[in-house]
Amino acid sequence: MSTEVPESAVPPPAGADESSPAPSRRTFIATTTAVGGAVVAGGVIGGTSLLGQEEASAAGTVPSSRVSLTVNGARRTVTVDNRTSLLDLLREHFELTGSKKGCNAGACGACTVLVDGQRVNSCLTLAVRLEGVEVTTIEGLADGDQLHPLQQAFVDHDAFQCGYCTPGQIMSGVGCIKEGHTGSPQEIREWMSGNICRCGCYVKIVRAVEQTARGK
Amino acid sequence: MYPFSFTKAANTREALNAGRSGGRYIAGGTTLVDLMRETVERPETLVDISDLPLREVSVTERGGLRVGALVSMADAAAHPKVRALYPVISQALELSASAQLRNMATIGGNIMQRTRCTYFRDVSADCNKREPGSGCAALKGFNRTHAILGSSDDCVATHPSDAAVAFAALEASVHLLGPDGERSVTFADLLLKPGDTPNREHALRQGELITAVEIPSLPRPLKSGYLKVRDRQSYEFALTSAAVALHVRGGVIREAKVAAGGVGTVPWKLSAVEQALTGERPSDHLWAEAARHAADGARPLQHNRFKVELLTRTVERQLRTVGGTK
Repeated sequence: MSTEVPESAVPPPAGADESSPAPSRRTFIATTTAVGGAVVAGGVIGGTSLLGQEEASAAGTVPSSRVSLTVNGARRTVTVDNRTSLLDLLREHFELTGSKKGCNAGACGACTVLVDGQRVNSCLTLAVRLEGVEVTTIEGLADGDQLHPLQQAFVDHDAFQCGYCTPGQIMSGVGCIKEGHTGSPQEIREWMSGNICRCGCYVKIVRAVEQTARGK
Repeated sequence: MYPFSFTKAANTREALNAGRSGGRYIAGGTTLVDLMRETVERPETLVDISDLPLREVSVTERGGLRVGALVSMADAAAHPKVRALYPVISQALELSASAQLRNMATIGGNIMQRTRCTYFRDVSADCNKREPGSGCAALKGFNRTHAILGSSDDCVATHPSDAAVAFAALEASVHLLGPDGERSVTFADLLLKPGDTPNREHALRQGELITAVEIPSLPRPLKSGYLKVRDRQSYEFALTSAAVALHVRGGVIREAKVAAGGVGTVPWKLSAVEQALTGERPSDHLWAEAARHAADGARPLQHNRFKVELLTRTVERQLRTVGGTK
């Protein structure tokens, strides 16, 4: 897999979001609806290309790559701007908005997913690097209507208030249990420290992880 | 984030070719992607090296330990040989970052990670490391977490790694592979103090790859451990830290390996402390006396004077933890 930077690629202003050159389907639909429902093919409004990822790539506007991966059991092939994080791929391209963007810098854990069974921060994972991997998100955890035991434990213990960090907490908890770092509440706290909860539900989160680990 | 081209190296030759023509290697990517998003890092080409065969941990013929550059922090920390032979390395790794980041980040990348200095990370601030000649905003700025050792008038940023402090203490060497072949450098020679060129951080040549870190054979029994002091109990960088390894035989300390983190522009070897320990009998008095040398040569800044005393106490505490008391 190899791509070249096209000469026309213009550096973004500092701090520009990497997903901005190619808006998501949701923002695309929202924008085109706002201009009267007309689809503006190849148009650029306010400096933002309205092309989808595939078209943008074909037009040679951003260095992109094709990547095939499995997400929650389904094989997906997509062409992405090289700058796209796994988190943005999930949320903006696959409409899997369970994984949350908190800090977008690896400091909060809200974006935690499993890649080949290991918990990682999807915000710091470049999607182009994921050829052939298996990704599991919060959406892929339940078995039909049957919640994953840790999801059920979060309900049982009321281990959240606002719920924003919860998908990341649960995915991280699944990893933590799998890794075997659940010997004591202290050990769980240490090995779950990559997940911040602003509501402060830590006591109940630890109980939920503990209950699930014991029932394993 | 600026656009970049991306290539995945199928083998070492491909990686070196891409590296020689200016490609930037990416392994775990936990620092690099973050800094690219902040536009501190602006590579034109990323070369994914994750398929290279650098994931082995092995005991060397000389009785030391060789850790491949692409071994994840999590795997290195949990490896039975690392745990058994050098607890100080396992502890330093497991007190770093978070479980998620340790699953992603690698040993080579951990050494090469860049400073957490907030002015370095903020492209609107003056920073000689990021933009040579622009000045150092930290010198007169909020410098509570900055270096007290190895700093210069041009840069006071700390090296953030914990594992590197353990490697420095144990006098590890780093194996490199480049367009001109293999070589190895001592850990002390790999990372550079800022001087008046803080933008030069390491001794790697264009296109060179770290292939492994090798811990030399040390006399046994060897007791070792890592203490990290920080603003919160977990998932935080060190204010001070101490890596200690002691070989005691016949009631006398025959070998002492000590280094400090969170205080230096590079992992800081405490040679004066080692000298004060070697040939002596372990005692509470000795730990205190030796630790008094920990901050020798310190140049504290306006907001980090506390680090001098904190470092001394950190080293004393860890000497006692590893060496025991009467």
